[in-house]
Amino acid sequence: MIVKGILKKGAYYDSVSLMIVSKELNQLEGIKDSSVVMGTQENRAILNAAGLMVSDFDKSNDTDLLISIKAISEEAISKAFAKVDQLLKDIRNKHDETGDVKAHSLEQAVKQLSGANLSLISIAGKYAAREAMKALQQGLHVMLFSDNVSISEEIELKQFARNKGLMVMGPDCGTAIINGIPLAFANVVQKGNIGIVAASGTGLQEVSSLISNEGAGISQAIGTGGRDVKKEVGGIMFIEAMKALAQDEETKIIVLISKPPHEEVLQKISDEIKKIKKPVIAILIGGNPKPLRNAGAIPAHNLEEAAIYAASLSKGIEVEKALNKIELRDVEILAQSEKLAKNCSGKYIRGLFSGGTLCDETQLILKDTIGYVHSNAPLNPDYQLKNLWKSEGNTILDMGEDEFTSGRPHPMIDFSLRNKRIIEEAENKEVAIILLDVVLGYGSHLDPASELVPVIRKALEISPKLLFICSVTGTNQDPQNRNEVIHKLEKAGALVMPSNVAASKLVGAIAKLIR
Amino acid sequence: MAINDLFNQPLKVINTGLASFKTNLEKVGTEVVQVSWKPPVDVDKNSSRIIDANQSKIDKANQEALNIILNGKPVLVGLDIALNVIPGMKKNLILHSGPPITWDRMCGPTRGAIMGALIYEGMAANPEEAEKLASSGKIEYAPCHEHASVGPMAGIISSSMPVFIIKNETYGNIAYCTLNEGLGKVLRYGAFGSEVIEKLKWMETIMYPILKAAVAKLGRVDLKNIIAQALHMGDEVHNRNRAGTSLLYRTMAPAIVETSEIKEDTIKVLNFINGNDHFFLNLSMPASKACLDAARNIPFSSVAVVMARNGTDFGIQLAGTGDQWFTGPALVPDALFFPGYTKDDANPDIGDSAITETGGLGGFAIASAPAIVQFVGGTAKDAVQYTLDMYEITAGENNVYQIPYLNFRGTPTGIDVRKVIEKNITPFIDTGVAHKNPGVGQVGAGVLSAPMEPFKKAYEGLAKQFE
Repeated sequence: MIVKGILKKGAYYDSVSLMIVSKELNQLEGIKDSSVVMGTQENRAILNAAGLMVSDFDKSNDTDLLISIKAISEEAISKAFAKVDQLLKDIRNKHDETGDVKAHSLEQAVKQLSGANLSLISIAGKYAAREAMKALQQGLHVMLFSDNVSISEEIELKQFARNKGLMVMGPDCGTAIINGIPLAFANVVQKGNIGIVAASGTGLQEVSSLISNEGAGISQAIGTGGRDVKKEVGGIMFIEAMKALAQDEETKIIVLISKPPHEEVLQKISDEIKKIKKPVIAILIGGNPKPLRNAGAIPAHNLEEAAIYAASLSKGIEVEKALNKIELRDVEILAQSEKLAKNCSGKYIRGLFSGGTLCDETQLILKDTIGYVHSNAPLNPDYQLKNLWKSEGNTILDMGEDEFTSGRPHPMIDFSLRNKRIIEEAENKEVAIILLDVVLGYGSHLDPASELVPVIRKALEISPKLLFICSVTGTNQDPQNRNEVIHKLEKAGALVMPSNVAASKLVGAIAKLIR
Repeated sequence: MAINDLFNQPLKVINTGLASFKTNLEKVGTEVVQVSWKPPVDVDKNSSRIIDANQSKIDKANQEALNIILNGKPVLVGLDIALNVIPGMKKNLILHSGPPITWDRMCGPTRGAIMGALIYEGMAANPEEAEKLASSGKIEYAPCHEHASVGPMAGIISSSMPVFIIKNETYGNIAYCTLNEGLGKVLRYGAFGSEVIEKLKWMETIMYPILKAAVAKLGRVDLKNIIAQALHMGDEVHNRNRAGTSLLYRTMAPAIVETSEIKEDTIKVLNFINGNDHFFLNLSMPASKACLDAARNIPFSSVAVVMARNGTDFGIQLAGTGDQWFTGPALVPDALFFPGYTKDDANPDIGDSAITETGGLGGFAIASAPAIVQFVGGTAKDAVQYTLDMYEITAGENNVYQIPYLNFRGTPTGIDVRKVIEKNITPFIDTGVAHKNPGVGQVGAGVLSAPMEPFKKAYEGLAKQFE
């Protein structure tokens, strides 16, 4: 063992800095112990006790720096001496990290952000309701992204919020656009005069994007969470959001999007529609449009129709004309389907969806052409897939359902499971068409084409006649840029339709011809 | 308020959860603050139901406790010998830091310090005899805190030791503390060699009478005032007491010179104080104790009035739960070690000095002490963050003790055990580190966050008060 020391005259450092230097030195290879201290009498005593005293050090005084190193070799000592200089320099040049001070709680965050008005909560469901309640008590509106919040908690939160004039979007609400700002999973859409209330996440994304792509814009898009329109919750926030949009000066047209609500809730919504002087367009995906029509709303058959009606009205075009436009487009789809069907080799379709509402919508459209299809979330329980990892006949999967996402990010972010399924389907000679949705916007995968293009190419190598039909939900203002995504998918050999409805109609028409 | 009001304001978002949502909002130019959220501590369901149901009652009690703590006016009024003044003190009683503990569970430094105290008291001639006597059952042990006292590190007070007498002038209660021995081989770190005993004897026979006379001459020394100034001068009055010691020195030196008769002793005493940056610690501790003791026995209050460690257990007491201790194992601090020592040598956290944090000083005021931030692992910003974190768990802010860097905001004061549980943040404590073996002494200094277990037990203990 060797002990060596250096004395530096008149080099003052504070003791804590020097302890840090010594700590770093001790971590070097071959170093047994070290001490970097000012040359006071007390320190010399400590060096003596630690076996780190060197003869020169006797002459030191309070402003001299003593560096003493105990090591297994000369080499280790000279390396350590070299390092000391650097460490001493670093200590003096240490920079403050930049960045915000941390808030550990809502109450601190509110102090930091004066005028805070919305709390976006995405922590585990078992804790989420408590955080939401704290936000409401502080007078903040809430967007509760978290799922697994109990229905009793949801009711308590929403009743409390209603009494305070606050909004609770969610639980399990993935999307909203408030004051032009996309929250959580949402698209960058044009500002405009169309307000949306939606109890369906991807429904809201599809409709708001289509409206924006049609050249109209959104004032507010309020997601309520799917459970809001069920009997227990009674549509509390759906109704409150409708009222708010009815009073909002920016909003001239209102679009309502939901899966079929409970009858009592539907009645309440209808009663509310009657009070609204603005045009109301409503799409109940798979529901009976009659009560809404009776209440004075314009019922739409699907999300695309709702979007086109709203955009047309916003631009001063009558709904009838919008309807004509859709009819003309559908004729084109029929013609296109005949051409495509001729080249098909398999007979079945496989829809692999990341958006739940889009999956429902596709099943509804297919029902009118080829009847019920198999699914993990079928319209008709008789068509429930026995094994969700294995398709049967015509199968439309919602890969955003819990059974696919547990322990994994949502398929809008993580494409691995869907990509694997695409290849499996391509290897089956009976499969003629693969139908995909691609959802863009904040929250979603930032480069979906990079995930899908290689998979589509590979699938087409396995099965050259396979048809890929896609829709892309989003806008050119989204971080992914819709046009660019479409271009890449088309280059890979996929057919990209302007909406999920158009894609589903085309698939349905082809499926009818080839079965 | 109505939902429509939101439509006419710029969106300002508090984001709790996925940080990517914050990034996205920033990209579109929205103001957003991220909550660095942790799940609350898992406590007995029934307890949290009771605590939740009684929020307003607890809030009210805490406000009362906080007011008392803030209104306290700790003043040094004199010195005396422990046996003469400490309530319940007797010849065969030795007071120690932290919650109650028996000889067989005591850590090395506490045992070492007790052995030293027995030699100092003349009850044992050497360490072997002292150890035998200490474990014989003839000596009684009790926490300083149960005798209106506090002691740093091992915190040993034996009957003939001189003590400072601190009076809370607002409420009349008294707190006691020994005189700080300085650094190096000292009793409070468990050293008991002859130089330790000699120094203690010198303190008792030479220094104590001189200080006693000086304080008597001055009448009173306002400690609250000194602490407030020391915070402005870079102390947090736990790990750093350089400014506090200097201010005390400036206050006392003329009186010492005036009242002391032997020039040589006068010089020694003045040099002793001047050469010991920690001298003021043994006044900042009882000053905090005096303020906190006045807030004891306020029914239903969840404010902590004691945090203390004996090197084995970490214990706390609440204003609302009487004399009950809530304890859990003490942790080993993160520290910088003196040459020749490592974390393996370190004893778990020890000492009553966490009374300063309990009173809103020390780690709670570390943003005031840029000179010691490197103990907390780096930059001044880290220190500021530690203090800001403590605002999350306190009932209020000090009206006198302020932090210049935070625009003279009052230090976070009055630890609310409910907030500790809810936010899963425990108090941040500055500390010295003792060698785990008796007789060695100090091996480093550092910081640690208090263990959660005592707070969890205290929370559940408070809930029982409502049954």
